[in-house]
Amino acid sequence: MTVTEAPPASPAPAGTGPVPRKQPVRRKLVPYWLLLPGILWLLVFFALPLVYQASTSVQTGSLEEGFEVTWHFQTYWDALSEYYPQFLRSVLYAGTATILCLLLGYPLAYLIAFKAGRWRNLLLVLVIAPFFTSFLIRTLAWKTILADGGPVVDVLNTIGFLDVTGWLGMTEGNRVLATPLAVVTGLTYNFLPFMILPLYTSLERIDPRLHEAAGDLYAKPSTVFRKVTFPLSMPGVVSGTLLTFIPASGDYVNAELLGSTDTRMVGNVIQSQFLRVLDYPTAAALSFILMAVVLIMVTVYIRRAGTEDLV
Amino acid sequence: MLRLSTAWIRRNLVVIAGLLTLAYLILPNIIVMVFSFNKPAGRFNYSWREFSTHAWQDPCGVSGICDSLSLSLWIALWATIGATVLGSMIAFALVRYRFRARGAINSLIFLPMAMPEVVMAASLLTLFLNLGAELGPTTILIAHTMFCLSFVVVAVKARVMSMDPRLEEAAKDLYAGPVQTFLRVTLPIAAPGIAAGAMLAFALSFDDFIITNFNSGNTVTFPMFVWGSAQRGTPVQINVIGTAMFALAVIVVVAGQIISGRRRKTAQSA
Repeated sequence: MTVTEAPPASPAPAGTGPVPRKQPVRRKLVPYWLLLPGILWLLVFFALPLVYQASTSVQTGSLEEGFEVTWHFQTYWDALSEYYPQFLRSVLYAGTATILCLLLGYPLAYLIAFKAGRWRNLLLVLVIAPFFTSFLIRTLAWKTILADGGPVVDVLNTIGFLDVTGWLGMTEGNRVLATPLAVVTGLTYNFLPFMILPLYTSLERIDPRLHEAAGDLYAKPSTVFRKVTFPLSMPGVVSGTLLTFIPASGDYVNAELLGSTDTRMVGNVIQSQFLRVLDYPTAAALSFILMAVVLIMVTVYIRRAGTEDLV
Repeated sequence: MLRLSTAWIRRNLVVIAGLLTLAYLILPNIIVMVFSFNKPAGRFNYSWREFSTHAWQDPCGVSGICDSLSLSLWIALWATIGATVLGSMIAFALVRYRFRARGAINSLIFLPMAMPEVVMAASLLTLFLNLGAELGPTTILIAHTMFCLSFVVVAVKARVMSMDPRLEEAAKDLYAGPVQTFLRVTLPIAAPGIAAGAMLAFALSFDDFIITNFNSGNTVTFPMFVWGSAQRGTPVQINVIGTAMFALAVIVVVAGQIISGRRRKTAQSA
């Protein structure tokens, strides 16, 4: 590198060169120029749409006659009283999937962080690799895996698993496809990597000597996990559960492809109201209620978990 | 004997559970791969009939499939460029400068990631409907650039934060101009973060379904093609393309690992 050379004599207009006097004023404006295009993009295509959606949600009218803002807040109440089963289902399915993701993801993240040794990179690649096949194609593959009378369903039936899930209301008879179990299986599968990666990141940061120290102080392996490992992995647990729960609560792909009309989630309702029924006010109101529910739940959860540095 | 094996299972519980989870993650990819060699009898490729390589010989054999694929690649490319440029600029501003409204800007960037995708998709649709914009590749591109932006900011921010500002001061002490400092010192150090953000943006845009579903009009991207085929009948070619993307990505990652491993070795022996 020829950094000792003087700056090249470029035909730049006067004032853009390194004039020390003008630097402070120009430097003050630099961050604003850097921010301007991106922030403008977010304001116009993220914040402004929310305003338009708010206005749409209090409009009345029809597609033929046009919509008009009439401050018709009744839409919110009507939407909620008609579609509360789908709301409850969304929270229930997304919550179950999140818990399952945590239970399934933790051992794998732990394995990669502490026990994998030279296999660590390979295992990480295997966690991320499924992403490279479109998630819709992979979700369709679950239709094959969970097909009626297929080997997976036969095994689940033989070991009595379907009796348990049937008792829980997750399955009916000896089929899995088109039941809540299929939807939760798909949701868990789709968002599992979003749980594993933050968990791995926070576990990897833990100094293994802390485990040794706990062992030296006569802690049993289960005590070491309960008192040292798990508390130190809390940032990963919090961001992993959020990264799983938030997208899962608004998802409609799994419910559409793997479920039936009895497993529709709020995302399915919003999608069909917007794109098929074309009842924009109801759709907008539902979308806002979902946003509010998620934001409130997330805020309460973050407060309780006591982690604020998520980004 | 039974005692011994239960003890063994107890000792390796984490490994067994972890590998089972991994199997759960990989299983659909294996199914996609296997069924790319199927010769289905009806419209749907859900049950195994017989082995055939005909779909592999003609991956574009279904009308519209490769058009949708190239459209998705095109949109992902431009959305990546847009989001990477805009996002990197924001990331630099946030890490390097102190100014008012930092908190507000941080939350504006965090919110798109903390919101169900369907909410963003629906609100963007109300904007386009109200403005009378025609839905198509342009609206998809606008939407993708928007939601990829935040992810780029996070990725680049992480890298820039770990940079030592003294390197830039040193460059200035050695009479490098601001442009020279940026191009020869700042940018090369930030490059891995920018590359990570760009790859993430590309993957997110290429695979996005929900936002595209709302804002595409009659335009068919690859995920939209797959969605449509789930109702009309899934051609084997979908599995071929899925398998090819998977294989390609694994090859690229493994090759990258080998190259960086070799470099490390030569660096150590040098």
